[in-house]
Amino acid sequence: MSEIKLSENKVNELIKLCEAYGNQPGELINILHKAQDTFGYLPREVQEIIARQLGIPVSKVYGVVTFYSFFTMTPKGEHPISVCMGTACYVRGAEKVLDEFKRVLGINVGETTSDGKYSLSSLRCVGACGLAPVVLIGEKVYGRIVPGDVEKILKELD
Amino acid sequence: MEPNITLQIDHHTVEVPRGTTVLEAARGVGINIPSLCYMNLKDMCITNLPASCRMCVVEIEGRRNLAPACATRCENGMKVHTSTLRVLNARKTVLELILSDHPNDCLICPKSGNCDLQSLAVKLKIREIPFAGEQSTYKIETSPSLIRDMNKCIFCRRCEMMCNEVQTVGALGAINRGFSAIISPAFEQPLTTSECTFCGQCVAVCPVGALTEMDHTNRLINDLNNPRKTVIVQTAPAVRAALGEEFGLPAGTSVTGKMAAALRQLGFAKVFDTDFAADLTIMEEGTELLNRLTAYLNGDKNVRLPILTSCCPAWVNFFEHQFPDMLDIPSTARSPQQMFGSIAKTYWAEKMGIPREDLIVVSIMPCLAKKYECGRDEFKVNDDPDVNYSISTRELASLIKRANIDFNSLPEEDFDQPLGESTGAGVIFGASGGVMEAALRTAYELYTGQKLEKVDFEAVRGLDNIKKATVRLNGVELHVGIAHGLGNARKLLNEIKEGKSEFHAIEIMACPGGCIGGGGQPLHHGNSELLKARTHALYEEDRNKPLRKSHENPYILKLYEEYLGKPMSEKAHHLLHTHYFNKSN
Repeated sequence: MSEIKLSENKVNELIKLCEAYGNQPGELINILHKAQDTFGYLPREVQEIIARQLGIPVSKVYGVVTFYSFFTMTPKGEHPISVCMGTACYVRGAEKVLDEFKRVLGINVGETTSDGKYSLSSLRCVGACGLAPVVLIGEKVYGRIVPGDVEKILKELD
Repeated sequence: MEPNITLQIDHHTVEVPRGTTVLEAARGVGINIPSLCYMNLKDMCITNLPASCRMCVVEIEGRRNLAPACATRCENGMKVHTSTLRVLNARKTVLELILSDHPNDCLICPKSGNCDLQSLAVKLKIREIPFAGEQSTYKIETSPSLIRDMNKCIFCRRCEMMCNEVQTVGALGAINRGFSAIISPAFEQPLTTSECTFCGQCVAVCPVGALTEMDHTNRLINDLNNPRKTVIVQTAPAVRAALGEEFGLPAGTSVTGKMAAALRQLGFAKVFDTDFAADLTIMEEGTELLNRLTAYLNGDKNVRLPILTSCCPAWVNFFEHQFPDMLDIPSTARSPQQMFGSIAKTYWAEKMGIPREDLIVVSIMPCLAKKYECGRDEFKVNDDPDVNYSISTRELASLIKRANIDFNSLPEEDFDQPLGESTGAGVIFGASGGVMEAALRTAYELYTGQKLEKVDFEAVRGLDNIKKATVRLNGVELHVGIAHGLGNARKLLNEIKEGKSEFHAIEIMACPGGCIGGGGQPLHHGNSELLKARTHALYEEDRNKPLRKSHENPYILKLYEEYLGKPMSEKAHHLLHTHYFNKSN
């Protein structure tokens, strides 16, 4: 078992979650979705518990987690920042916005700042192309962002 | 019965049963469509059909796209062309693309000469690789048994299929995606901390140099040339039934005598036989079985039945990882390899006056897990392993070739005594069902006190996934089961767990077919006929032996008389038995 030790409550919550899906191996992706909702990410221990509950090898769980870019094994920050890199946002300069976030926060896509405050990811199209380029922070949508807005937005969040 | 299907493949009109693939139908009429990821070990129901490599594409009239022959079922009236210009060009491009991210270090690759990808490159006459792109740069991982070089992986997924579907070990899986996709243990941990049992079946099916064995041949050459060391060798039963294949002999040629001669020429001081230790195993394991059975029949409720064999190190790893609550069920008897090492470094060394530190015991095994087994701490005395190291059948063949020995013209020689004497019961250890048959021959006579007239137990032989037999011992019915392949073993273990097992004794071998199909054997390249021929060779050798029951081996009797006392004695316990560990996560 990995080093992070989940509290007994969290472990029970995870076991209940698997049971809610009948411990069915076919529900693995749904269970991983819910587990990521609950824990914010999918650390090794979570994957091991899910594998044991569903009676499948942990290599299979890890295979699914690493295949889909939605799943992450890195804890999300308090403010998860997602920059849309869909076609519309991309042509309107999303990459420059993303680069600016990287520069200001000093992290790469898929990483979290050492104080645990911000994490950075890119995604494909949130369906708000009229506002391109779009940045999603938590549940909030920021539209028509230019690199110059980045520092201001981060200051507001502080 | 469903009517057959008639179709046209190139210039052949072919009639095949419904469900036959184009690849099988074509091969049936001698059209050898190249393939890479495809594998079909029919007799054992082991198939790998991801249709991912696209080497076997063919043109089918009326279809716009080329079709993979391995995954396309024959249809009535189908017209298939297997070598049109379009097909040949497509195959060449496919191969060039695979090669574009494959290290071209064939000259020094351990799989060179035995590599399916290399053979295809030769067959398709590839002379340049026109696509230059990114190259994988994975670290090569070594373990006591296997070496993983993911730079060479072509993602055929045969290893993943063996590890998950056949063995149900689940150590290897596909991770990441696109260019970064590789086969790996979970969390990219090393094999040694994963559930890997080191059965080596992934190595046995890997078409390229991505999975190979830990090689000890250079170490052995050094030891053989060290004047201060006495180097002795033991050879497992399954080796003699397969080694000849490496020298062009037909599968199933028994090369016991030539092998002994070759080992002597290589410079071993004594050429002994693991079969001797197999007979010894039967004495210990058979006695343990009878003890447990007698206790059970006398009403002892705590006795653990069925008893499980413990000869196979991959199987031992499997239950230590996956069934840690059942560690008291397997026999405590060490494997023949380890019994041999233990006796060689005590009884024999004392007899010969050779100090332990000057004696090197090498084993030749059809197995990769044996490499791991001889490094286990329980089998060391003051850090010195009872068996110093183990080399595979393939490694032995390589040594013989390197020493310029003309194997096929060697005379037939005998093993040395006393540790080279064996009965037919020891020989059949190499085939699935053999350990059980050997145990039955001895248990019957020891329990009933009567002579066993018919020593052949046909019911426990063959390649069926799970075999069963019932033997009457003086009015007591002894039910035995045999499983080969860890997936089949899991089924029997789950029955025991649920209290539903009908058996008193179960034999388990990790590899399909038993040791003759081990991960260290000459590669079968998907041909299960080889495994049948090897099995046949062992039963033939058994039939021709003057002694066929372990307890009749005169040197075994002498060993007990001079040294061990009787089976399961305190000394026997110390030297020939072991204990197991919980390795579950």
